[in-house]
Amino acid sequence: MNTMSDPILDIRGLTVTFGGGPKPVRALDGVDLALGRGEVIALLGESGSGKSVTLRSILRLHPPKRSRIEGSIKVEGIDVTSLEGRALESFRGKTVSMVFQEPMLAMDPVYTVGQQITEAVRNHEKISAADARARALEMLTLVRIPSPERRLAAYPHEMSGGMRQRAMIALALASKPHILLADEPTTALDATVQVQILLLLRELQRELGLSMIFVTHDISVAVEVADRIAVMYAGRIVETGTVRDVIRTPRHPYTIGLLSTRAHGGRLEGHRLPAIPGSPPDLANLPPGCAFAPRCAIAADACRASVPEPVDLGGGHRVRCFRTAETVNKVAALAPAVTS
Amino acid sequence: MLTYIAKRVIYTLPIMLGVAIVCFLLVHIAPGDPLVSVLPPDASEQLRQQMMALYGFDRPYAEQFLKWLGRALGGDLGTSIRTNRPVVAEVGKAVSNTLMLAALATVIGFVLGSLFGFVAGSFRDTWIDKVASAISVTGVSVPHYWLGMVLVIIFSAQLGWLPPTGAGPGGSDNWVWDWAHIRHMILPAVTMSVIPMGIIARTVRALVAEILSQEFIAGLKAKGMSAFGIFRHVVKNAAPTALAVMGIQLGYLLGGSILIETVFSWPGTGLLLNDAIFQRDLPLLQGTILVLACFFVVLNLIVDVVQTAIDPRIARS
Repeated sequence: MNTMSDPILDIRGLTVTFGGGPKPVRALDGVDLALGRGEVIALLGESGSGKSVTLRSILRLHPPKRSRIEGSIKVEGIDVTSLEGRALESFRGKTVSMVFQEPMLAMDPVYTVGQQITEAVRNHEKISAADARARALEMLTLVRIPSPERRLAAYPHEMSGGMRQRAMIALALASKPHILLADEPTTALDATVQVQILLLLRELQRELGLSMIFVTHDISVAVEVADRIAVMYAGRIVETGTVRDVIRTPRHPYTIGLLSTRAHGGRLEGHRLPAIPGSPPDLANLPPGCAFAPRCAIAADACRASVPEPVDLGGGHRVRCFRTAETVNKVAALAPAVTS
Repeated sequence: MLTYIAKRVIYTLPIMLGVAIVCFLLVHIAPGDPLVSVLPPDASEQLRQQMMALYGFDRPYAEQFLKWLGRALGGDLGTSIRTNRPVVAEVGKAVSNTLMLAALATVIGFVLGSLFGFVAGSFRDTWIDKVASAISVTGVSVPHYWLGMVLVIIFSAQLGWLPPTGAGPGGSDNWVWDWAHIRHMILPAVTMSVIPMGIIARTVRALVAEILSQEFIAGLKAKGMSAFGIFRHVVKNAAPTALAVMGIQLGYLLGGSILIETVFSWPGTGLLLNDAIFQRDLPLLQGTILVLACFFVVLNLIVDVVQTAIDPRIARS
C-alpha cells in the first residue's frame, strides 16, 4: 500500500500565518505530513483546525501578500513553495488537483461544464479542441454522469448538487493528476448523494492509483475512504496513524473526545449527546502550551507550559501529547460524562 | 432565446404607452399659455380662440391625447410653432447629431472606464487602485458644463487647437465625415464622456474585486490557469453588468446633454429641447421628449437582449 520511505508528498514543519487583520493569525503550526503513493489520508478536524489551509498550501492558493508560508512542501521531489510562474501553472491541476467543497461556487457560472473541462485539458496538453472535447466526454463518463454528451453543454446551475460534484471531480481528474486533494467534497450534498460521491471517489482512487488527501470533519467518512487518519486541532496535527489505530486505540484526549461524541443509534437513546466541553481556541490568541489543554480533562502543568512534540507509539502512530501514559485503554473513562 | 426576445418586446409596449401619456401630460401641466409664442402680446381674445381651435387646444385632454397619439404612431408629431417645419424633421436631425456625439462619448467613457476599473479592481488597495479610483471619482463629481468651459478655454482660446462651438466650419448644418467636422466633436464628446467614464470605472472596479474574491477564481488557479486565462473569465463574468451600465449611460447621454450641447452650441436634442422650452414650442417639446423616451426604452431592450446572450443564467433559469 504505502512505502513511507518514498512519499509522493512530503510536508515538513509547514507553518502558515495570515496577516491583514489586527493580529496575525497562525492557521498552521509545524504540520508534518507524508503521503505515500496510492495512499489515502483523511485530515480530520473541526472548522478552523487548518484542514483546508493545509490543502490550499499544497496548491499555493493563499494570497501571497497576506500569508506567510514557512516549512517545506515537496511533491515528487519538487519544492512547491519555491515554484513560480509557468512552473507553478503546470504543477497545478497536472501534478496535484483539487476537488472543492462547493462545486457551485468553484466552477465559473458563465462557462459550460464542457468548456471548463476542455479548458483545463488544453491548459496542460497541446491537443486539438475536438480531442479535448473527447477527453471531457470521457471524464464525464468516468464519473458516471448520466447522458454525458448532453451535460457537456450544461452550465453548473443547470445540474443537481450530486451531478455538479461529479462534474467537479471530472474536471479535477481531466489532466490526469497524480495527487488528488478533496476538500470536504461531500459536505454540501444530501446524505444519500454523499455516499455515492464517496464511493465514486474511492473507486476512482483505486482505479487510477491516485494518492489522495481527503479533508473531512466526519469520522465515519474518514473511516470509509482513508488508509490513515491525521487529526488536526488548532493548526496542528495532534494524532496520526492507521485508521485502525486511531479509531480503536486513540491516544490524544481530543481524538478520544471526538470518537465519544459520535451518536451510536440506540446506545444513547434518551440521553444527551456527549460533547467536548468548551469551544475551539482563537487562532490569534493561542495558549502557550498545548492548544487543547483548556478543554482537556487530564491536562497537567506541563501541558500549559509548552507545546508537546509528537510521540511515536510505533507503527506510524504518533500523538502530540504529554500525557500518553494516561490515555492507554482509558477511552471510556476520559470520554465526557454521559448525563441523562 | 427568440421567445425571450419576443416577450421582452411585448413588455415594452405598455411602457411605451405610459411614456406617451406622461410626455403629453407633462407639457399640459406646465404653467403658462401654449400660444404665447405665436400670438402678439396685444392679440384680441377672438384671435386667441381661433388659434386655440386651430391647434386643437380647446378640446378635452383625452381627445387631444388620442389624436396626438394616433398621428404620432403614423410618424407625424405635428408642426413646430417656431419654424413651421415638421417636428419629425427637426427631431430627426437633432437626434442624428446627438447620437454621433453620445456614441463617441460612450465609446471613450466605456474604454477608459473599463480600463481604470479593471486596473483598480485587480490591484485593490494599492496606490494604482487609489490613482484610478481618484480619477473616476473626479469624473463623476466634476460639473461637466464647467469642465466643458475649462476645455474650451484651454484648447480653443489658449492653444487654438480645436473649435469652441458648432458642428461644422462656419456653423454649417450639413454633417460630413471629414476632419473639418470631426474636430468639432472632440471637445463636447470628451466632456460628455467624463461622467460615464467615472460611473463605469467604479462599477467595473467593484465587479472585478467581487469576482476575484469568488471561489471559482481559486478553482481556476487550481487547474493551472495563467493570469491571462483568469482575466478572460473575469471579463466574461463582468461583461453583462458592465454592458448594462454602459447602455443606461448611453441612454442618459442621448437625452441628458442639454448643458453640454448648450455650452458647445451642438445642434442636438439637448439644444433643441432647450430652445423648445424657452420658446414654448409645445409640439416640438412633446415630440422631442417622446422620441428620447422611446430611445431609452429601446436601448434598455437591446441591453437586456445582449446581456442574455452573454449570461446564460438570465434566459434559462
